[in-house]
Amino acid sequence: MPYLDHAATTPMLPEAVSAVGEAMGELGNPSSLHGAGRRARRRVEESREQLAASLGARPSEVLFTAGGTESDNLALKGLYWARRNADPGRTRVIASAVEHHAVLDAVEWLAAHEGAQVTWLPVDATARVSSDMLRAAIASDPDSVAVVTVMWANNEVGTIQPISELADIAHEFGIPIHTDAVQAVGTLPVDFDASGVDALSLTGHKLGGPYGAGALLLRRDVDCVPLLHGGGQERDVRSGTLDVPGIAGLATATALAVERRDEVAPRVAALRDALVDGICSRVPGVQVNGHPSARLPGIAHLTFPGCEGDSLLMLLDARGVECSTGSACSAGVAQPSHVLIAMGASPAQARGSLRLSLGHTSTRADVDAVLEAIGPAVERAQHAGITSVLAP
Amino acid sequence: MKVLAAMSGGVDSAVAAARAVDAGHDVTGVHLALSAQPATLRHGARGCCTVEDAHDARRAADVLGIPFYVWDLAERFRADVIDDFVSEYAAGRTPNPCLRCNEKIKFAAVLDRALALGFDAVVTGHHARLVDGRLVRSVDSAKDQSYVLAVLTAEQLSHAIFPLGDSTKDRVRAEAAERRLAVADKPDSHDICFIADGDTRGFLARTLGAQEGPIVDAVSGETLGSHRGSFGFTVGQRRGLDLKRPAPDGQPRYVLSIQPKTNTVLVGPGELLDARQVRATRPVWTGRPAPSAPVECHVQLRAHGMVSPAVVTAGGEGVLAELRTPQRGVAAGQALVMYDGDTVLGSATITSAE
Repeated sequence: MPYLDHAATTPMLPEAVSAVGEAMGELGNPSSLHGAGRRARRRVEESREQLAASLGARPSEVLFTAGGTESDNLALKGLYWARRNADPGRTRVIASAVEHHAVLDAVEWLAAHEGAQVTWLPVDATARVSSDMLRAAIASDPDSVAVVTVMWANNEVGTIQPISELADIAHEFGIPIHTDAVQAVGTLPVDFDASGVDALSLTGHKLGGPYGAGALLLRRDVDCVPLLHGGGQERDVRSGTLDVPGIAGLATATALAVERRDEVAPRVAALRDALVDGICSRVPGVQVNGHPSARLPGIAHLTFPGCEGDSLLMLLDARGVECSTGSACSAGVAQPSHVLIAMGASPAQARGSLRLSLGHTSTRADVDAVLEAIGPAVERAQHAGITSVLAP
Repeated sequence: MKVLAAMSGGVDSAVAAARAVDAGHDVTGVHLALSAQPATLRHGARGCCTVEDAHDARRAADVLGIPFYVWDLAERFRADVIDDFVSEYAAGRTPNPCLRCNEKIKFAAVLDRALALGFDAVVTGHHARLVDGRLVRSVDSAKDQSYVLAVLTAEQLSHAIFPLGDSTKDRVRAEAAERRLAVADKPDSHDICFIADGDTRGFLARTLGAQEGPIVDAVSGETLGSHRGSFGFTVGQRRGLDLKRPAPDGQPRYVLSIQPKTNTVLVGPGELLDARQVRATRPVWTGRPAPSAPVECHVQLRAHGMVSPAVVTAGGEGVLAELRTPQRGVAAGQALVMYDGDTVLGSATITSAE
């Protein structure tokens, strides 16, 4: 089955499956003091060291969480509260307009319930945030800023942000910066220490690890108020009995993804380029979205004129080609993508878009299956037109 | 056939989709998202179109093993159904939004898109039958929905499949349980789906703005009370008039007509509500060709009940129904549906009654 939705979730690496299975067969709460507890704790700490080493972090900077959404919420709310507690004047959050909902909605929640003022950083037509924009946004009132958040790479169009430059600017003003690196870890070189960011979110299932296991990399010198209170695990920032199998799978997958990146990323990028070229030669008027070079290797985000992405998705699904119109939504109601709107697209353009994302198991056969199906699917979808939007 | 099953998340559409699968069709389930911000049960919403309903529809499709998608038709629904509902009330008429949704959304926007995408027909869980292309009442007369489907043209009906028309609602529920569909015991939705709290008058007041006006007695010409917006009333309504004083004859008063231009609600005794002649416009004939001579048939003037034998004459843009049994509270904006026995002959939109 041609699976082109790796940005939603990518197949688990067999080594990660083994690591999870092995840990599941073993007894022990890592917080317990007896032998079983010590064995579980050892597995967790070895995983922590492995993950830290893979991502240029120190083991003490790794906080295990239940995934990307939790990491994003913990970082944003935790840093916001800590910074505001230290100085009540710090109530401003600066965020890019193209963040994932896990960041977007957490920021909006802070605005609605915690008195945050939000400065949304605009992006250019390729979804890039500019350093000058961030500098201007901070400089208008530096003392009011609690936290800055800009994703490492966008989950819909794949655009990579100049994250180190942005971190330098935030630090010039002494402001902490968080980045959602869920799509970046494993596919791009990510070095926590070298990047300069203060907090970084990642999750297992986007890089060949298990669902429901993630981490927040958080500098030791950055204060973060916890969301979850309890047993005081994870530096007292994230209480809760540790998910030993999930953590083992996450660390194994991250280490392997990073280790194999030099081989996998160029191969995936070449397949992606063949896919985009093939589609453009078969379907007239296709627009390729995102940055032409600063883009995740596996993502092809395309706008097809005069049709609904929903229709295309359904027609391709019927041909066995599995892809997405953008980010998955629990209610299943496709809102026009805020990412494309921020890039300047019209609602109709935003609705006529499809994300095809490749990953470590993608093959030339997957690309060929899409190329075979895409022409007739677009023709049919164009025939159906844009039903959801009223005719002008 | 390759068919698209519209799945609301209720028991009827789930069983309809299941029967379409059993009949050997290649079925794809679609839930129509009709609200841009779907409510949830947490917000106190009832009826359909909540996030939970989308989930229930998806679960039913999972159980049936059919592909399932959500189609966002919120903008079309807003324009074709909700805005129409509001402007009809503002004009002093009483619209039926379910009928309008069938006419403009399910068997227009959705059907058109389905046909363009390569489907042959749309399956719904309506309680009605199709016999040789003609619309026929359900065997369950209490649940019959032929009235709200009677606006469909022959062309629309030719691409419709109603698998439930031969079954009672009880049978449908029992079958849902046998099929292990979790919606088997889900309560029926009764409210207008886009008015989550069921308060139609409150919805109209919020949308149109409250504006005080007189309630005038048609017999004496006296002002008996006041209201906060003529749009909140329906012809035949008795309750909720909140009259400041009784009518001179001491008899109960009913809404006779709504005059939006002067924001006046005219009330009178029940017998003045009795209509013998009903005029209607924009006729659609699906059960027979447009008649050139008067036709003896039955007419139905409301979604539930209000059925009378009548003689219907078609002419020009409209039809005239002379009722054998006078009917009380015929409201402009509702459909006049003509039946020969259980078979729908055609329908038209009521413009006046006297």
